[in-house]
Amino acid sequence: MAAVLTRDIVKTFGEVNAVNGISLRVPDGEFMVLLGPSGCGKTTFLRIICGLEQQTSGDLLIGGNVVNDMPPRARGIAMMFQSYGLYPHYTVRNNISFPLRTQRMPSQDIQKKVDWAAQLLDIGHLLDRRPRQLSGGERQRVALARALVREPTALLLDEPLSNLDAKLRTSARQEIKNFQQRVGLTTIYVTHDQVEAMGMGDRIAVIDHGRVRQVGTPTEIYEDPADLFVATFVGAPPMNIVTHNGGGYLGFRPENFLPRDMIEDGGATEFSFRVDRSEYLGSERIVYGVMDGFDSKQPITAKLPPAHVAEGSIRPGEWHPFAVKNSALRHFDTSGNRSSRH
Amino acid sequence: MAVIAEPVAKPISRYRFILDRREVLEAVLVAPAILYVLLLVGLPLLLAVYYSLSAYTIYNPTWTFVGLANFEQILQDPTFLDTLRNTFIFTFGSQLLGLVLGKFGAFLLLQPFPGRKIVRALIILPFAVPVALATIAWQWMFDSLYSVINWTMIAAGIITREDAPNWLGNPYLAMLCIVIINAWRFFPFAIVIFLAGITAVPQDVIDAATVDGAGFWRRNYQIILPMILPIMAIGLIFGIVFTFTDLSIVFLLTMGGPGGATSVLGFAGFQTGIVSGDVAHGAAISLFMLPVLLVVVIFMLRFIRRREI
Amino acid sequence: MPQPIARSLRGTGFVLGVGFFVILAAFPFYWMVITAFKQNSDLYDVTNIPFWFNEPPTLEHIKYLFQETLFARWLLNSLIIGVCVTAITLVTAVPAGYSLARMTSRKGEALGIMIFLTYLVPPTLLFLPLSRIIAELGLQNSMWSLVLVYPTFTIPFCSWLLMGFFKALPVEIEEAAIVDGCSLFGAFIKMAVPLSVPAILTVVIFTFTLTLQEFVYALTFISSSDQKPITLGVSTDLIRGDVFFWGEIMAGALIAAIPVAIAYNLFLDRFIAGITGGAVK
Repeated sequence: MAAVLTRDIVKTFGEVNAVNGISLRVPDGEFMVLLGPSGCGKTTFLRIICGLEQQTSGDLLIGGNVVNDMPPRARGIAMMFQSYGLYPHYTVRNNISFPLRTQRMPSQDIQKKVDWAAQLLDIGHLLDRRPRQLSGGERQRVALARALVREPTALLLDEPLSNLDAKLRTSARQEIKNFQQRVGLTTIYVTHDQVEAMGMGDRIAVIDHGRVRQVGTPTEIYEDPADLFVATFVGAPPMNIVTHNGGGYLGFRPENFLPRDMIEDGGATEFSFRVDRSEYLGSERIVYGVMDGFDSKQPITAKLPPAHVAEGSIRPGEWHPFAVKNSALRHFDTSGNRSSRH
Repeated sequence: MAVIAEPVAKPISRYRFILDRREVLEAVLVAPAILYVLLLVGLPLLLAVYYSLSAYTIYNPTWTFVGLANFEQILQDPTFLDTLRNTFIFTFGSQLLGLVLGKFGAFLLLQPFPGRKIVRALIILPFAVPVALATIAWQWMFDSLYSVINWTMIAAGIITREDAPNWLGNPYLAMLCIVIINAWRFFPFAIVIFLAGITAVPQDVIDAATVDGAGFWRRNYQIILPMILPIMAIGLIFGIVFTFTDLSIVFLLTMGGPGGATSVLGFAGFQTGIVSGDVAHGAAISLFMLPVLLVVVIFMLRFIRRREI
Repeated sequence: MPQPIARSLRGTGFVLGVGFFVILAAFPFYWMVITAFKQNSDLYDVTNIPFWFNEPPTLEHIKYLFQETLFARWLLNSLIIGVCVTAITLVTAVPAGYSLARMTSRKGEALGIMIFLTYLVPPTLLFLPLSRIIAELGLQNSMWSLVLVYPTFTIPFCSWLLMGFFKALPVEIEEAAIVDGCSLFGAFIKMAVPLSVPAILTVVIFTFTLTLQEFVYALTFISSSDQKPITLGVSTDLIRGDVFFWGEIMAGALIAAIPVAIAYNLFLDRFIAGITGGAVK
């Protein structure tokens, strides 16, 4: 059974369509990431699921029940906010027990549940503090405990790492993912950061302009983007897109765009590449340039392993024979959708 | 995990969650305040307009409609025209004086010096203390016999006891007195408004102007002043509204005297409408405040709108 | 001009300027204090230097105030009025301020400005119709009329003040509570209200001082001495015949003014932020 199922959800604010018909199925226990640029409607969609916004049309089912007209408290959903939304005037213990107290659970049961959640997240020693006395990482764990304690049908997270600095973000990511795998909780995670999406999601839904562009595993999204938006939004640097001579577009990832002599077998397409600039990034070298005979809106990039390509061998202004394996070429039709090969 | 999948068994009625609709709850929460204000400000305002168009007195509470007759009678009364003139002199004289004092006071209080907090607390006093009580303190200072101001001037040799001014007995001096008291009451407010405005100007804007070669005066009048103008305007609007409609200073200090020299709109409305019981004419007099209030409100709305851009 | 002289001249000018403002602002209160504690024979002798005590200070005036006048009664009246008006104001303005702050549409903002503008409608425009309404309700000459009327200016003012405060409160906390099982109303009661205690305290103080400062309505509606609030009583009732009793009057004014002055000084910044509608950031 799907924990969360939406059918053609639409949300309009005045004239603006924030969510433009999203149908999504999140099975039990899945870690689903909603990935998209800011303003694409992903947060609005999340807020519709938890009930903080009411959809203009469409159906929302949670745990098999239609909850269109139900207020948030009747939906059995937990949510973790960007800055965690801890209750500053409550102790950690009361923060965690709050969802249970609103359900009027007997106090000894509450006690048991809180201790269980606190032990699971290793915050037993913090129970009598207040949120402002906690570090960022501790706050996150308290927020997770509060979300977990009522055993929700699904946990929603709205860009929970965006307020953290880069270092903390990596460990916080680990923690959320570990936690989710341990308890097997259905999770819907909103982010604009593709690294988070690729690293954490069982599946990713790429959203743009209020529509789902593609749903798939990280591999599917990366290897087989459904359209030009997904192709250029996911991956850094993004997929190279050139107009194809037969109409439509040709795409290939920068790491597949290599000097001709680095590709061993046949079955590759050759291009003549003029190098304009190159950046050395330690583990890789990014080379920017243009391709002979192709029109492109942005410079073509190639991601080369520095160990194989010495700095002196590729200089700005030089033309080099480059190639892409045919299996790594992706074809798109004139409207930008993925087309089968030729 | 994720056990909670058992469906919600209770039947859900539409009305159970009526307060969970944002619009409904918002309306319910704001309603008492709106109702209170509508019933005890909106309704009386309409009543005041109606009274002014009727022949209502407390001795003869009739609702007879007389059109603009009350207004015509009032406008033909020379003492009313004096009252109108007095009100404007009182309002703009005291606001101007208060503003000048406020500007200088703010300028002094802007720089840090030991004891600034105490000085500020002392300077705030005139605005903090109930105006009625402050007025009677001034009345005592303007006393015809025991005026401390006169005593000081006599002691300083500026005047002699014989020609000591009778502050509240002379028409011009009495007007000066109420202007001074009102300016005195509002200048701390002006200081605080100025200070709030100036401290709200971002330091980097001032620094940028200095780097760009703006001197002291240019910084003051071309950078800071325009930026604090909106907040000053709001302060001034408050000052004008509360002065233009004031009653307490005149009532306690001069009773409109001598000879109507300090009668202002609020006082005249009170005398006619409450003391003499001629509600209709009293209401008509009070309603002369309305045009000024409307102008002020329009200004206020414009400033509020500009602030949001 | 040599530097040091210029600097010391500037310093002197500065001190003189500050001194001028302090004397201008505070002298009437100094005058209140000195009058309240002076003996009558000292007070009404023009040959004495009036600025300090020529005869020993006395508590005579204050004693008189409490024993021979209704001063204590007026204090009590003002306290009752203040408490009741504060209660009415809190019950209406806290939800209203919250609602206005959380309304997302332009309508909410327009409504907020409208409520605030009613604060500018002056008592001298409303006292005539209100006195008729109060007579209809049978409240004439009773301090309960003031309890009814004072919220007309405290509600708009405090709603506006609270609206600014609630706007600054992160919505996330309330939303977390809503998802965690609160109703919208529950989130208001359990989250927004406890977190706004400082603002509510400010509102309490201001409501109280506004009721103490009010004069026009009190003057219009109340004529019996025993129903008067302190400000009205002190300024109109301590005159016997044509004679002023300055010692008693000043003592009364002083006692009534001290709490208001202290409260104002403590909460002034919030007051200014309130009336300028958050134009100060």
